[in-house]
Amino acid sequence: MAIDNLGNAPAQKPRWGELEEEDDGGDYDFLLPPKQIIGPDEHGLKKVIEYKFNDDGHRVKITTTTRVRKLANARLSKRAVERRSWLKFGDAVHEDVGARLTMVSTEEIIFERPRAPGTKAEDSNASGDPLAQMSKGGAVLMVCRTCGKKGDHWTSKCPYKDLAQPSETFVENPNPSPADGGASGAAKGGAYVPPTMRAGAVRPAAGGADMRRRNDENSVRVNNLSEDTREPDLLELFRPFGSVSRVYVAMDQKTGMSRGFGFVNFVRREEGERAIAKLNGYGYDNLILSVEWAAPRAT
Amino acid sequence: MRPILMKGHERPLTFLKYNRDGDLLFSCAKDNTPTVWFADNGERLGTYRGHNGAVWCCDVSRDSSRLITGSADTSAKLWDVKTGTQLFSFNMDSPARAVDLSVGDKLCIITIDPFMGQSSAIHVKRIAADLDDQVGESVLVLKGPVGRINRAVWGPLNRTIISAGEDAVVRIWDTETGKMIQENDKDVGHKKTVTSLAKSTDSSHFLTGSLDKSAKLWDSRTLTLIKTYVTERPVNAVAMSPLLNHVVLGGGQDASSVTTTDHRAGKFEAKFYDKILQEEIGGVKGHFGPINALAFNPDGKSFSSGGEDGYVRLHHFDPDYFRIPSI
Repeated sequence: MAIDNLGNAPAQKPRWGELEEEDDGGDYDFLLPPKQIIGPDEHGLKKVIEYKFNDDGHRVKITTTTRVRKLANARLSKRAVERRSWLKFGDAVHEDVGARLTMVSTEEIIFERPRAPGTKAEDSNASGDPLAQMSKGGAVLMVCRTCGKKGDHWTSKCPYKDLAQPSETFVENPNPSPADGGASGAAKGGAYVPPTMRAGAVRPAAGGADMRRRNDENSVRVNNLSEDTREPDLLELFRPFGSVSRVYVAMDQKTGMSRGFGFVNFVRREEGERAIAKLNGYGYDNLILSVEWAAPRAT
Repeated sequence: MRPILMKGHERPLTFLKYNRDGDLLFSCAKDNTPTVWFADNGERLGTYRGHNGAVWCCDVSRDSSRLITGSADTSAKLWDVKTGTQLFSFNMDSPARAVDLSVGDKLCIITIDPFMGQSSAIHVKRIAADLDDQVGESVLVLKGPVGRINRAVWGPLNRTIISAGEDAVVRIWDTETGKMIQENDKDVGHKKTVTSLAKSTDSSHFLTGSLDKSAKLWDSRTLTLIKTYVTERPVNAVAMSPLLNHVVLGGGQDASSVTTTDHRAGKFEAKFYDKILQEEIGGVKGHFGPINALAFNPDGKSFSSGGEDGYVRLHHFDPDYFRIPSI
């Protein structure tokens, strides 16, 4: 439910002579726009927009978004239809509606296909180096290079250890592609070759920025998150769609709660597309998510 | 998919069975009450009260009028599916483990556990059309296997009985003579207890699941090993899709990995394999404990799993499931 405050004064000012008592009961519904029902669309999403006066006398707009989804088609034979009308017996006789023995799962369970070994290897090629970096500790101030969180954990203890990370430190190291593995040694019989000059080295400007840019191109913005949604929740939710390189939930520093939106970076664009297709409009923790491509960053 | 969760049992599930029409689902658990649910929305229809011990197995007649259940209270009971009344109780001398109705529902198999010096055995009993004629005597008693017989089913056209159990050997018995005709080839057979058995719709082949972390597909007539499916977990339950060439395995957790359990809940999964390629094609997570029972709806469009957590999860497949590429 989203409540918007539309300002102090109602659109039409009631004549003061008619507003006799304070405790009238607030019967000014004629001042409010009518209730709007935006009927179920092809995803089964239905929006009901109502207007009310809240306690302060302000006009508020309440938008309720629901999604109705058909779980299955039941095609019953004649006998089966008969059985449908059988009386309950045994322990089911005194069943009340609130018994809740049978519930539809709140989680969407996906028929997880096993990942082909080939695809995983390609993605982790680029992440080979950041992963090596992670085995080192951080500074005294606990900064995790993987998720950028300060004071939470060391890089080696990062819960997102296994993800490809476009971290800043990647910039300083060459990307050792398999072909150039042998040539990474000295070119001229033993002379020292700095990492950035070696064969197959990725220049800082080109490499780091490229890595970061590529990931931000596949950035998906998730809106309408509940207050206590955190990075791990987003990670779990988006993981089935592919390799998540980064998750971020916008936090309000003062209250420590989520500001209601976050970003998920995928390694590949089509993973993000799949995620958007499946999760836009998905009910998560009592709110309907809005998932879309993120607008490009300002700077 | 949005599975439907049914929590009608307080104790771990032991067996699940759909009726022939696919509109009813029978669940048995270690609590004493087998339950019947509507298979489309998971609504509970009723429970069968009368057993005093864990119910291990059940089978329902083709017209969905009779239900037979085997229980640890040394009885196998015959029930009226519609009203829940107990029609007859077969008193066995040991806990009854597996039950199976024959094609035509005129005979049934009841397996009993080894108990107090008695060895395990397979009993064949006649099911009378008229209840008044129902007697408790066995028509045939088969002995031989050492250890518990976990599953015993009728072979094609009731000519044979197929059994498997703790001694990891799959046996075929002749119904006419009561003699054992065949044992599976020891080299290719299971290495540990066979926990589950599922027949194909035409009974021409069947699948056995074992604690040795594999499931094997056998020919019902010749007992030749056709396929083997390997997993990382001991297999507690197996099922074959009646519609597609898929095989599902459900299992438990290896005792040695208990302390290294992932903190994420709901990660016990039912693994789907391509029947012919023997490759894993998918997994459905969700159970909070090892999966003990699996069953496919005869229309192949949904399946249910029962776990150690006492939940039955009923899954209706998404359209994507039917588009998985295969041979």
